[in-house]
Amino acid sequence: MKDNKFEPKILGIFCNWCTYLAADLAGVSRMDYPSNIRIVRTMCSGRVDPQFVLWGFKNGADGILIGGCHPGDCHYIEGNYKTLRRYLILKRILREMGINEKRLRLEWISASEGEKLQRVVREFTEEIRNLGPISEDRAFKLQLAEHKK
Amino acid sequence: MAEKAKVAFYWCASCGGCEEAVVDLAEDILQVVDKAEIVFWPVAMDFKREDVESLKDEEILVTFINGAVRTSEQEEMVRLLRKKSKILIAFGSCAYTGGVPGLANSYSREEILSFYYKDGDTVFNPDNKRPTPHFIEGNFAFEIPEFYERVYAVDQVVDVDYYIPGCAPTRKVVKNSIDALFSSQIPPKGSVLGASSRSLCSECPLNETKPEKIYLKSFKRIDKSQPESDKCLLIQGYPCLGPVTRGGCEALCVKANYPCTGCFGPVDGVKDYGAKAISFLSSIIDSIDEKEIEKIIDEGLSNPLAIVYRYSLPKSLIFDTKIKKNGG
Amino acid sequence: MEHKITIDPITRLEGHGKIEIFLDEKGNVEKAFLVVPELRGFEIFVKGKPAEDMPIITPRICGVCPTAHHMASTKALDDLYKTQPPSPAKKLREMLYNMFMLEDHALHVYVLGGPDFIVGPKAKKSERNVLGVIQKVGLEVGKKVISMRREIRELMTLLAGKVIHPAWGVPGGVTRGIKKDEKENFVKVAEKGVEFALFTLKVFKDIVLSNKEYVDLILSDAYTHRTYYMGLVDENKKLNFYDGKIRVVDPDGKEYALFDVRNYRDHIAEHVENWTYIKFPFLKKVGWKGFVDGKDSGVYSVAPLARLNACDGISTPKAQEAYEEFYKNLGGKPVHHTLANHWARVVEMIYAAERFLELAKDPEITSDNIRKIPTETPTVGIGVVEAPRGTLIHHYETNEKGYITKANLIVATQNNSARISMSIDKAARNLIKEGKYDEGILNMIEMAFRAYDPCHACGTHSLPGNIPVLINIRNKDGKIIETIKNFE
Ligand code: SF4
Ligand code: SF4
Ligand code: SF4
Ligand code: FES
Repeated sequence: MKDNKFEPKILGIFCNWCTYLAADLAGVSRMDYPSNIRIVRTMCSGRVDPQFVLWGFKNGADGILIGGCHPGDCHYIEGNYKTLRRYLILKRILREMGINEKRLRLEWISASEGEKLQRVVREFTEEIRNLGPISEDRAFKLQLAEHKK
Repeated sequence: MAEKAKVAFYWCASCGGCEEAVVDLAEDILQVVDKAEIVFWPVAMDFKREDVESLKDEEILVTFINGAVRTSEQEEMVRLLRKKSKILIAFGSCAYTGGVPGLANSYSREEILSFYYKDGDTVFNPDNKRPTPHFIEGNFAFEIPEFYERVYAVDQVVDVDYYIPGCAPTRKVVKNSIDALFSSQIPPKGSVLGASSRSLCSECPLNETKPEKIYLKSFKRIDKSQPESDKCLLIQGYPCLGPVTRGGCEALCVKANYPCTGCFGPVDGVKDYGAKAISFLSSIIDSIDEKEIEKIIDEGLSNPLAIVYRYSLPKSLIFDTKIKKNGG
Repeated sequence: MEHKITIDPITRLEGHGKIEIFLDEKGNVEKAFLVVPELRGFEIFVKGKPAEDMPIITPRICGVCPTAHHMASTKALDDLYKTQPPSPAKKLREMLYNMFMLEDHALHVYVLGGPDFIVGPKAKKSERNVLGVIQKVGLEVGKKVISMRREIRELMTLLAGKVIHPAWGVPGGVTRGIKKDEKENFVKVAEKGVEFALFTLKVFKDIVLSNKEYVDLILSDAYTHRTYYMGLVDENKKLNFYDGKIRVVDPDGKEYALFDVRNYRDHIAEHVENWTYIKFPFLKKVGWKGFVDGKDSGVYSVAPLARLNACDGISTPKAQEAYEEFYKNLGGKPVHHTLANHWARVVEMIYAAERFLELAKDPEITSDNIRKIPTETPTVGIGVVEAPRGTLIHHYETNEKGYITKANLIVATQNNSARISMSIDKAARNLIKEGKYDEGILNMIEMAFRAYDPCHACGTHSLPGNIPVLINIRNKDGKIIETIKNFE
C-alpha cells in the first residue's frame, strides 16, 4: 500500500471566509501545495454536514480536509464549534465503520495563513499517501465484496 | 373489484417481529383479506417459490418484504418478487434501512464465522467444520445459501416503491399503510407510509417539558442512572433521538420511560439517519473546548455508531450501494 | 441409486429451514438432516456497544420471543453490574415475563399445535388450521383467544413500551412501574388468564385425551427419544421461567446436574456441522456422540416437556394438579414423547397465569422502588431465563466502562436442534423403506416439528395449520424425478 505511485485524492471543504481565501493566497503567492486536493467552498465550516463527509469518502476521496475560521472568528459565531463537535463524533463513527479516522482532518486556517495551508495540505497528502487508498480500508472491502467467486 | 388483488409477504433476514406485527392486525387484516388474495406468505400460508415463479410478471399487486438481505437465497427471492409485483414495499426497519442486523456491517463475514464455529466460548469443533454453501459429503451434496459479506437494505437489491417504518411497525402504522394503499389517492413513489411526517417529539407527551434550545454538559447512560418520568428525557441528559426520528409510534418507548432509539428512521428529506443524528447530538453539546468535548463524548457517547446507526448502518451513505447482481 | 430428498421449507427456524434426506443404495434412509440456512452474527456485532443497550439490541434476534431475550439480557446486566433489583422490580419483571409466556403459549396451543390435536391429525388438510380449530371449539372460543392475547399484549405495551421489542429492562431494575390505578386492570386480566388457561386444559382433555387414537400417537415410538432434559428450577426445585438454577435430568429422570448459569460453560458445548448454520448444543461432560439418544449421548432437550421433566413440581396449586395428572397419564417421570410437549405447554400456561395473578395481586407490585442503581464496575455478566422454546442464556463481558468486549448466546431453539434432527431422522426411517415413501411422511415430520414449536414461523403463524412441505426426489444428476407436496 505504501506504493509510491499512489496519488491520493483529497477533498478540501473550506470555509469561504478563511481557508478558502488562504488557498487563494497560497495560489497567488506561488506557495505551491500538492495538486491532489480538490477544493469545495462552503459559506461556513458549520455548513459541513456529516453527510458531505460520508458522501465524499464513498465517492472516492482518500482524505477529507475541513478548513474553518479560528475559534472566535467564525462569521456565524458558532459554526466552527459545531463543526468541531461533529468532527469529533464523526471520527469515532468512521473508526467503527472501518475507515481510518486519520482520513478526516479539521484545521483552523485564516485568510492570511497561506503558509499554514500549504503546510497542512502537504502534510495531509503525505499522511494519506502513506495510509494508501481508501478502498483498502475495511468498510470499503466490505462494501465492494464480491458475492460469487 | 371483480378479481381480488393479489398480495404477497416475504421475510428475509428478519427476526419475525415484523411478521408478528402483521398477525397482530388480526381482525383488521380480515378487511384486507376481503379485498385481497394472499398468494405467498411462507410464514403463514402454504405456497411455494414455484407458485410465485408461475405467476405473470406484475401479477401481484403488492408485496411486503420484511428483513434485510444477507444471503443469496434472500436476494433471489427479493428479485423474483420484484419481477412479479406491481408494488413492492419494504416493511420495517430491517427492510427499510438494514435494521439492527445491519450493525454487522462494521464486522466482516469471517469474524462472524470464526466466532460462531471456531472461537466461541461454547464451540466444540475438533474437526474444524464450517458451514459451506456447496458442501459435499460422500455422494451427497448439501446446498445452503451463501452468507454475504454484508447486510443490504431491500432497496439496495431491487427498486422499492414504498417504505413502512418501525422495528417493528406498530399496529396503527400498518393499518394506516394498508388504508393508504387501498385509498383512491395513491401516495407518490418512495413515500414512507403509515407514519407521521413530523418528528417524534411532536407527538411525545413530554414535549411540553422540552425547551426550545437544549445544551448539555454531559450525556447520561441508563446503566447507572434512572430517568425521571415526567421530564423530557433529552433535557435529563439521555440521548433521546426523538427530535430526528419520524413520529408515528406515539412515543412508545418514552412512555415506558426509555429514550427513543430511533427505530422509525429519518423524517422526510433526510437520506442518512445517522448523519443527521450526529449533527443533532453535536449541536446540543454545550462546549467549545476540544478537550472538554472529547470528555463529554467519551463519557456518554463513546461509541456513537451504536446510537445513531442502531437501525440504519447499511443505509449510511458509506454503505449505501446497490448489491452486485449475484452471479452476474 | 443416489437419492436426495429435500423438504423445503419445513419451517423457518431462525429463518428458513429445510430437511435433507439421503438414501442408501437400497433406498433406505441413510441420514436425514435439518438444515438451517441463516445466520446473523449478533455475538460479533454487539462488540463495542454499550452494555445497557443489549436488552434493546438482542431481542432483534427473535421477534416472536423478544421478551425472553430482553429479560435474559437484563438479567445478564444485573450480573454484569453486580446488582440485584429491589423486590418490586423483580416482581414486575417476573410478572411481565409470565404474561408473555401465557400469551405465547396460548398462540401455540390454539393456532399451531391446535390443528394437530384439536382438529385431529387425520383431518383433512384444509381443516387442519386455525379455522378448523375454531370450528371445532366454537367461534366464541376463537374470539376468546384473540381477545385474551390482545388484552395481555396491551398491558405489556403499557408496562414495557413495546411488545415486539420491549424498552424497559435496565441493570438493577426497570424503567417503569405500575401505577396504583393501573393495578386493577392487571389483576382483572390475570384472573381471566387463569380461567382461560384452565379452560384450555379442559378443551385439551375433552378433545385430545378422550380420544385413544391421539393418545396412542403421543405415546408412539416414532416420537420418542430418551434424552437428557434441561430447565430452570427455583430453590425448591419447582418450575420457574424467570429465575433459578439450571437443572438437568438424565433419561431415567434422575438429577444429573444442578448449576448456576454462571457455570454454563462447564456443562454446555456446541457441536458444528458443515451443512447447516445452526449449531448443536450438547452436555459437555457426556460428550457429543452424534444424533443419538440414551444416557451416553450428550443430546438434551429443552422447552415445555423438558422443563416439566427437569423440575420436581410446580409452586401454584392448579398447575401442580395438572402436572400430576400429566405424569399419571403418561406413565410417570420422565416422559420421552415429543408430542407430549403440547400437553406440557398447557400445564405451563396454567402456571404462567397463576403466577401472573399472584404477582399482580402482590401489594408490592405498585411500589415505585423499581430500581437499584448500580455502582460497581462491570466485568462479566451471565443471565438466563426459560423462553417458551427453552433455556436461553446471555453472556457478556465488558471493559470497565461497560462496553461489550465479548458476547456468547445460547439461544433457546438451538438447544433442541439435535433432538429435532433426531425426530426427523426417525420419522424418515419409519416412512421411507427401500425407496418407497409415503405421503404420510409430510404429516409426520410436520407434527414432530410443531411439537417443538421451533421458534417462530411454524410456532406462531401457521394460519393454515400445516407447514408447507415439498419433497423433491432427485436422481443422481440432481434432476427431480418426483415431487410430493402437501398443498395444491
Ligand atoms: S424491523 Fe425489527 S421487528 Fe422487523 S424484522 Fe427487523 S428486527 Fe424484527
Ligand atoms: S426528546 Fe425524547 S423525551 Fe424529549 S420530547 Fe422528544 S421524544 Fe420526548
Ligand atoms: S420511541 Fe423511538 S425507538 Fe421507540 S418505537 Fe418509537 S421510534 Fe421506535
Ligand atoms: S465562517 Fe468560517 S467557520 Fe464559520
